[in-house]
Formats: sequence, C-alpha cells, structure tokens
Amino acid sequence: MTAVTTPPKKQAQRSRPGQSSPKLAYLPIIFLAFAIGIPLLIIVVYSFLEKPSQGTGVKWVFTLENYKALFIQEKLDGTTALDTRYIKVLWASFYFSVITTVVTLALSIPVAMWIATRDAKKRNLLVALVTLPFWISILIRTYGMRQIIADEGPIGRFLGIFNIEWSILYSPPATILGLIYVFLPFMILPIYASAERFDFRLAEAAYDLGAKRMTVVRRIILPSIRPGVISGVALVFIPALGSFLQSDMLGGGKTNMVANIIANNFGQARNWPFGSALAVLLIVLTLLFVLIMQGAAQRRGDKVELV
Amino acid sequence: MNEKYLEIRNITKVFQTPEGGEVRALDDVSLDIASGEFFILLGPSGCGKTTLLRSIAGLEYPDSGEIVLQGERIDDKPPYERPVNTVFQSYALFPHMTVSANIAFGLEMEHVDKSEVSTRVTEALAQVRLEGYENRMPSQLSGGQQQRVALARALAKKPKVLLLDEPLSALDLKLRRGMQVELKRLQRETGITFVFVTHDQEEAMSMGDRIAVFSEGKIVQLDTPVEVYRRPVNAYVADFIGETNLIKGTVVAGGISLPGGNILPTDQLAADSVIPATGEVTVAIRPEDLVLATNGIIGGTVTDVIFTGDSVRVHVRVGDVEVIASLASYGTQIPEQGSTVTLNPEHRAARTVAS
Repeated sequence: MTAVTTPPKKQAQRSRPGQSSPKLAYLPIIFLAFAIGIPLLIIVVYSFLEKPSQGTGVKWVFTLENYKALFIQEKLDGTTALDTRYIKVLWASFYFSVITTVVTLALSIPVAMWIATRDAKKRNLLVALVTLPFWISILIRTYGMRQIIADEGPIGRFLGIFNIEWSILYSPPATILGLIYVFLPFMILPIYASAERFDFRLAEAAYDLGAKRMTVVRRIILPSIRPGVISGVALVFIPALGSFLQSDMLGGGKTNMVANIIANNFGQARNWPFGSALAVLLIVLTLLFVLIMQGAAQRRGDKVELV
Repeated sequence: MNEKYLEIRNITKVFQTPEGGEVRALDDVSLDIASGEFFILLGPSGCGKTTLLRSIAGLEYPDSGEIVLQGERIDDKPPYERPVNTVFQSYALFPHMTVSANIAFGLEMEHVDKSEVSTRVTEALAQVRLEGYENRMPSQLSGGQQQRVALARALAKKPKVLLLDEPLSALDLKLRRGMQVELKRLQRETGITFVFVTHDQEEAMSMGDRIAVFSEGKIVQLDTPVEVYRRPVNAYVADFIGETNLIKGTVVAGGISLPGGNILPTDQLAADSVIPATGEVTVAIRPEDLVLATNGIIGGTVTDVIFTGDSVRVHVRVGDVEVIASLASYGTQIPEQGSTVTLNPEHRAARTVAS
C-alpha cells in the first residue's frame, strides 16, 4: 500500500503583527545604494584613470600609476625611490586615531558607569547632557576649541599668570585634543547603553565571593560592558581615521591627516585620480580594521556586528 | 555544638526613603545562631529579614550593633573578608563565565591552587547533582539548574555560614519542594550553618531547625517550627504561620463567650493559655483542629464548601465572623452549602493569643 501524501498548501504570505513589511525598506535601501554605492563606484573607477594635462577631472585612460605614486616617487633623473610621505601621513592618521580611541575609552568607562548607577531621572538628564554637543555644528565647536586653546585664549592667559608657556595650537596635540573632544560622546553613549543593562547584583555576588573592588571591575564589570566598548571603539576609531577638520583648523595644516591630503587632491592640487586612489586605500584599511575587530568580538562570543 | 556560633547583637538599620522619611528595617535585633543549625528568618516583604542577611554578608552596614562569628566581630569587615557566602535570590551567576568558571571564581579569590580548584569545583557540582554541566553557560541552564550552580558556587568556598536569600522563590512548586528536601540534605551532609530567608511559612516550617518570625524590623517569636505553629505568641504569628481562625470573644465565668452566644469552656483551651479576668480576648483555632459535632460550641451556616483533594474546607458564618474548618475528605459527612452545622475544637488546641 502506498501512502499518498498531498503537499502542504502554500500558506498565504502574511506579515505577523509587529513584523515590518519589506516594502517599507525598499525606498531607503534604494536611496542608500545610490548615495553610498555610486560615489564609491566613481572613486574606485577614478583611481584607475589618468589625470588630464590641464584642469580638473579625469582622462579615460586606464592606469595603475596612481597606486604606484602612493608608495614610489619618480625622480627628475628618471630613477625611482620609495616615497614615504603618504605612508607617514597614513601612519600619523592611524596614530592620532589610536590615541583618540584610547583616551576617549579611558575617560568614558568611569563616566558611563557613573551615569548608569544614578537613578532613572538623573540618568536621562545626564545622557541628554552628553548628547548636548550634537546640537551645535562640529565646525562651530571646533572654532570654539580653537579660541579656548589659542595661545592668548583663557587657558593661555591663566597659565601666563604663573609664567607657564602655553602654545599647543597648530600642533599635533591640538589636533588630538580636537578629536578627543568631538568623539567623546560617541564612546560614552554605547558604553553607557551596555553599563545601564549591567546587573549590579553581579558585583555584589563577586564581593561576596571574596573579590576586591578592582577585581570586580576587571573580571565582572568590564567583560559585561565589552559589547559597548567594541561599538564605541568602532564609532570613534573609524571616523577619526577619516577626520580632516581638526587637523585643518587646530593642527594648522602642518600635521596632515590622510583625509586632508585627499581633500587637497580634489581641491587645490586638482589630482582627482590620485585623491581617489588614496581614498580607496583608506577605505581598504578601515575595512581591514573592522574585520579584525569583528573577528576578535566573535572569538569572545560577543554579539557585536559591525559589518 | 556551639550555641553562640553567630551572634547578632542589637542591630539597628534605618533607611531613608526618597520622600525624606525613615524606615526602621532592623530595630535593635539580637539573636544567637548555633553551629550547624538550619536557621530561618521569616516574615513578609519589608520586615527586615533580608536586611539582616545582607548585614551578615557585609553588603549592608548596620547603623549600630555588632555581628560576631565564633567570638570575632565581623560587622566592620568588608564582604570579601568575611567567611560567609550568599546564595542570591536572583542567583547572580556571572553570565560571561561557564558553570565551572563561576564556581572557581570564589576559590581563585582565595588563591587556591589550580588543581585544588578543579577538585573542589567537581566536588561542588557533585554535591548539587550537576555533574557534566561544567562547560555550559548560565544562559543555557534552566532556573532550577542555575539555582544549583549558585548553591555550588557558595558551597565550594566552604563558608562558615551559608546565607540564602529566598533562593527558591523563582521556582515552581514541585521544583521548590524537591529543592527544599535537597537543601536540608546538603545542610546535614556539610554541617554548614545555614541562615535562610523566606516569606513562605510552609518552607520555613519544613526546613528550619528554628524560625525567627519578623515583623516591622523586630523579632516577634523565635522558636522551633512546632512551637511557633502550636504556640504562637500573638495573633500576628498565629495568622502568618499556617492558617488560623482568630475569633474575638468575651471572658465569662468558666470560659469564653464566642459569637453566636456559646461558651468555650476553659478546660478545652490549651493548658498554657493566658486568660484575663475580664474583657475581650482573641481565640486562635487552626482549621484542622475543628471537627463537625452535634451540639458543638461553634454554630453557624455553611457559606462555602471547597474540595482541595486531601481535605474539604468548610466556611461557616458564625455571627459576624467566618470560621474555616478543614475536614478530612474521606470518612466525613460533608455538610452542604446553606445548611446549619456546629463545630468543636479538638485536642485542646484552641488558645488565646495577644492581639
């Protein structure tokens, strides 16, 4: 005897309550595809084209010269040599971003923990205060920073009373200070979001089991807020790497970050293909960093997705 | 056995409320706990029992008083220097650590040798019957299993006193009953002094060697479960521990006049009942101590009959009070709703209580 099985009828595709229809997502996805995808495509294509002999734009001739020029310099006598200028700029950008990330991280953990341990009403107020800088344009805030740290600014005048010389504007420390200032909220907020969920009864349990204060922080609290730390590091490090406003306005153009060179090639230097090649390099390095971070997070078993 | 193993001396703790008021969580509480005892702190929420437990653990510092363990003051020490451990109501397992890492944590804090740690982790898991769960994460365990890990984590430290803060309240009834038996066994086997906080009087009676009944920051009664049940010091304890009919009556010659007009003779009351010369008294009678009788002392109309399986609960309206009698469900003539019945207290178990 053969059993006759009828295939189950195809169920009508109905969205469950609370489940958003995919149609709603189409328009934003299309917009994002155009707004991000097309410029990215243009940059990649331009990076393989030649620079016209006159004016801006590109000449539609394929070349790898732009990438070669990132690392190799052609001298007047026709010989070539390793060009470390761009590597140095990349290194400086990386270095500034690492310092910014480390300092914001060190400042943010105690602040986030402190906010997370206040009562609900105070917490909301404090979070609002952290986001307060977002109300003002980054350009204006950086100008403000410039006034404050200027040689004749309030800090300089105050230190002048004690005959202490103050001159950091238009130097790398000023750039780093500007970066830290701008990116601090991006570190505090995700860490706070993790810290707020932390169950402080776990800290009590650790004390009860014989752990001292620092052990509780290191072995119980920090691992619990790790997802927030990873998000914060990504949110600070990646945009810091591509920053140019701080080095331009506070660093005085003397200490360039890679984004300054890219901007310059699209502007004054009128070398779009070379600027594009540099931009592609920056994107690749950033992507590499993100993948490393995510790999590290996954090995730890944290639920963090950056890509 | 050391009768004064853990001494609580005149502990007072006052909390400030957000509104600016004060709550006396503990009001001059003193008690002695013997070594190897299963001691219960019982009371409704907000009575101070958890505050006392947390004060012993060092998670709360009393405003005044002393806590002495084996003759040594511990109330000024931080929690990590006290040889006591806690099983928390929320279990408080570290979510980023495996079961064995959770249990090993407390031992690592004492700088126990690595090999010794692993032996004691295995031992602790065997004690709570969770062998084979070493590498699970807490999130992969059921509530009952998490409870056992919390217990193993505290037991592995071999504490001088194990503090348990309503550890079974999140479990369902069947699991809770099973854990009660197991906790009792563990306590017997390890010989560790247990101080167990609960609001569940049945749990308190089934596990405790002695029970301290709390009310509003004070100990109302401290005795064995049988004594607390049979000889409640006042109406509060009588009502809180088990179920009691509290009937107001008037003292008359030879007995107490109950609602409905009948007299409960003095010789039917518990021998140690204190009866004032005149005035009102409260008589406490357990539902299971009432039986149906012809011409009984307490008479009234049956308002409800509830079958619970092992017993039948008969609600009888006597004057303006309702009296509940718990009758055996077999071998008894069950009265019908609306009928008139009379009841008699048995075993001289009825007693007067201070209100």
